[in-house]
Amino acid sequence: MPGRLRQIATWLDSRLGFSDVVLPILRHPAPSGSRWWYVFGSATLTMLVLQIITGICLSLVYVPSAAEAYTSLNYLTYDQSLGWLLRAIHNTAASGMVILMVAHMVQVFLMGSFKYPREMTWVVGVALFVLTLGMAFTGQVLRWDQDSYWGVGVGAAMVGRVPYLGPALVRLLLGGTTIGADTLSRFFTLHVLILPGLLIISLSVHLFLVMRHGVSEPPVAGRLVSPATYDKQYAAVLKRGEPFFPAAVMRDMIFSAWAVIAVIGIAIAVGPKGPALPPDPSLISAEPRPDWYFLSLFALLALCPPNMETAIILIAPVIGLFSMVLVPFVAGKGERSPRRRPVAVLTTLVLLVGYGVLTWLGNSAPWSPQMDAWSGEPVPPRMLARVTPLELQGAVVFQNKTCRNCHALDGSGGRRGPDLTYVASSLDRDELIRQVIQGGGNMPAFGDHLSPSEVTALVAFLQTLRPSDTAPAASAATGPAPPHKGNRP
Amino acid sequence: MNYEPEKMSLGEGDLPCNAAGCPEPTSPARRRWLGWFGALSALLASLAAGLPIVGYLLSPVIRPRKDLWLDLGPVSDFPAGATQLVKVENPVHQPWDGKSAQMAAYVRHSQAGEFQVFAANCTHLGCPVTWFPQSGLFLCPCHGGVYYENGERASGPPPRGLYQLVHQMKDGRLLAKVGHLPTLQDPA
Repeated sequence: MPGRLRQIATWLDSRLGFSDVVLPILRHPAPSGSRWWYVFGSATLTMLVLQIITGICLSLVYVPSAAEAYTSLNYLTYDQSLGWLLRAIHNTAASGMVILMVAHMVQVFLMGSFKYPREMTWVVGVALFVLTLGMAFTGQVLRWDQDSYWGVGVGAAMVGRVPYLGPALVRLLLGGTTIGADTLSRFFTLHVLILPGLLIISLSVHLFLVMRHGVSEPPVAGRLVSPATYDKQYAAVLKRGEPFFPAAVMRDMIFSAWAVIAVIGIAIAVGPKGPALPPDPSLISAEPRPDWYFLSLFALLALCPPNMETAIILIAPVIGLFSMVLVPFVAGKGERSPRRRPVAVLTTLVLLVGYGVLTWLGNSAPWSPQMDAWSGEPVPPRMLARVTPLELQGAVVFQNKTCRNCHALDGSGGRRGPDLTYVASSLDRDELIRQVIQGGGNMPAFGDHLSPSEVTALVAFLQTLRPSDTAPAASAATGPAPPHKGNRP
Repeated sequence: MNYEPEKMSLGEGDLPCNAAGCPEPTSPARRRWLGWFGALSALLASLAAGLPIVGYLLSPVIRPRKDLWLDLGPVSDFPAGATQLVKVENPVHQPWDGKSAQMAAYVRHSQAGEFQVFAANCTHLGCPVTWFPQSGLFLCPCHGGVYYENGERASGPPPRGLYQLVHQMKDGRLLAKVGHLPTLQDPA
C-alpha cells in the first residue's frame, strides 16, 4: 500500500505543482539576522484569520436586520453557548489586528523596508491599512446599539460637510434618508462582503510582492539603497540567508501563537463589548463614544478651531493618505537605518505620541458637559460651612441652573468650563456678574434665565470661593472688596 | 483524444498549419472587424448589466423618500413658556426598522405664543442634545455644543443653531414635517 500511496502522492504533486511551485516559495531564502523585528506582519495576518473564523461563527447567529440585530446580540452574549467569548475574541482581535498592523508599519517605515524595490508593497500596505480601519468602523456599526447608532450619525454629519455632494453622499452612506434598516444592511454588506473581499485581494497582492522582492534585510547604517546596485547586494545577502520555511518562519509562528493566546486571555478577562442601550434615537440621554481606534478623531473634532473643522474632516485624511502613499517615492533610495534617519524617527514619534495623547483626551473628554452633575454632585459641605443665607441661596442657584454641568467644585462636576473652587481669587464682583449675565469665552449668557435676585445670590456665593487667608479679587475700578471669609477653614 | 489541427474546421481564408508553423488565422480586415465588434459587444454588455446595477445602487440619491407631515399632538399639550421633548415614530421608515424608527424632537411654545420644533441632532456632528429647563439651554454630550432655548448657538463647536422642523397648526393640532436626518447642507 505505501507504494500505491506514494504513487497517488506523486500524481497529485505533478498535477497540483506543489514541489514545483509551492515548495520553492516556502523554502525561498530569507536574509538571516532579522531577529524578532519582522514578526508583526505575519501576526497581523494571523489576527485576520482569527477575525474571519470568529466572524463567520458570529454571522451564524447574528441577524443583520435593524429590528432584530440588538435582540440577536443580546442572545449571542447571554444565551448562546460561548457566544460571549466569540464576541469578546472578535472585538479583542480587532484591536490586536489594528495594533499589530501599526507596529508592522512602524517597523517597515523605521527600517526603510519600503525603499527600492519594495515601493508597491508599501503602497498596497497603505490600502490594507485603510481597509482594516474600514473594517473597524463598520464592525462597530454592526454592534447595533446606542453608540453604534450615533456613530453612524456622526459619520453622516461628517460626510454631509462635503461641498455640493454632501446630502447625496449622506443618503448613499445611510441607504436612505434616515439611519435604520437600510443603513444596517449596507454596513453588514460592507463588513462581511465588500471590505473583506478587497482586503483579501489586496493582501494577496501584498504577499505576492513580498515573495517577488523578498523579505528586506536588516538595515546597516551607511549601506545605501541604490537601484543600480541593490539587486546584486540583495542576492549576496540571500546567499548567506536561511530558508523562510522552516527557519525564519519559526519566530513568526511563536510570536503569532502568543499574540493569539494573549487575545484569548484578554477576551476571557474583559469579556465582550456591549451591546449597550438599544439603538433608539428617542433615548435622548445617550452619550455616544466611538471605539478606541477613533477616540483621537473624536478628540480632534472637539479641540480644533471651528473654522478649521471642515478642512480637518475632509482634507486632512486625503493629505494623510497621499503622504503615506508618497513615502516610498520621496524617500525610495538612500539610507535605510533609523540611526541615520532622524526625520523618519521624529515623524514616527510625533505621530504616535500625538495619537496617544488625543486618544487619552478622547477617553476623558473634558470638553463634554457632565449632564447629571447639577443634580448628582452636591456642593462640597465645607464650602457651605460659614455662609450667609444669601450665599447659601446662591449655592442653590448654582446647582439648579446647571452651572455644575460645566463647572467643577473641588474637582467634581463638569470640566467644560474652569473649576470654580477659587474663582473669587481671579474675578471680582462686577466681572462675575458680567460673566454670568453676558457669558463669553465659550460660556453661554444666563441673563435671560436669572432674575436679578438670583444673580445677586449666585455672585455672593461665587465670591466665597477662594482660600480663607486671601482677599477676594479686586480691580482698580471698583477698589478693594470688603473683607470676607474664604471657604477654606 | 489528440489535438489534430488539420481536422479542425477552418474559416474562410484560413490556411492549415504546416511544418513551418501556423499561418495568420484570419485576414487583417476580418480581424479588425472582430476587434471592433468585440469591443462594441463588451460595451453593450457592460451598459446592459451596469445601468440597472448603478441605478439600483444610486436609488437612495436619485429617488430619496420624501419627508412627511407628522401629528405631534393637540396644540393644548404644549403650554406657553415650556419646551418639551416629544417621542414619535418617524413616518419615513421601513417595517423592519425596529427601535431605530423612533425619533425625538423638541417643541418650544414661547411666552410670546410662537412655536418652534427643533430636531434633536446637534448641528456639529449630529449627537442628541438634551434640554435643561433649569438653565434654558440645550447641551450636547459629545463635544459640548450649547444652544439657547430659541435654538440659537450659545457656545461650543456647532457651526449654527439647532435645525428647525417645518411645522403648521391644523384643526388644533401641531404638525411637523419629518423624515430625513438633518445635516448642514440638508437641514430640516
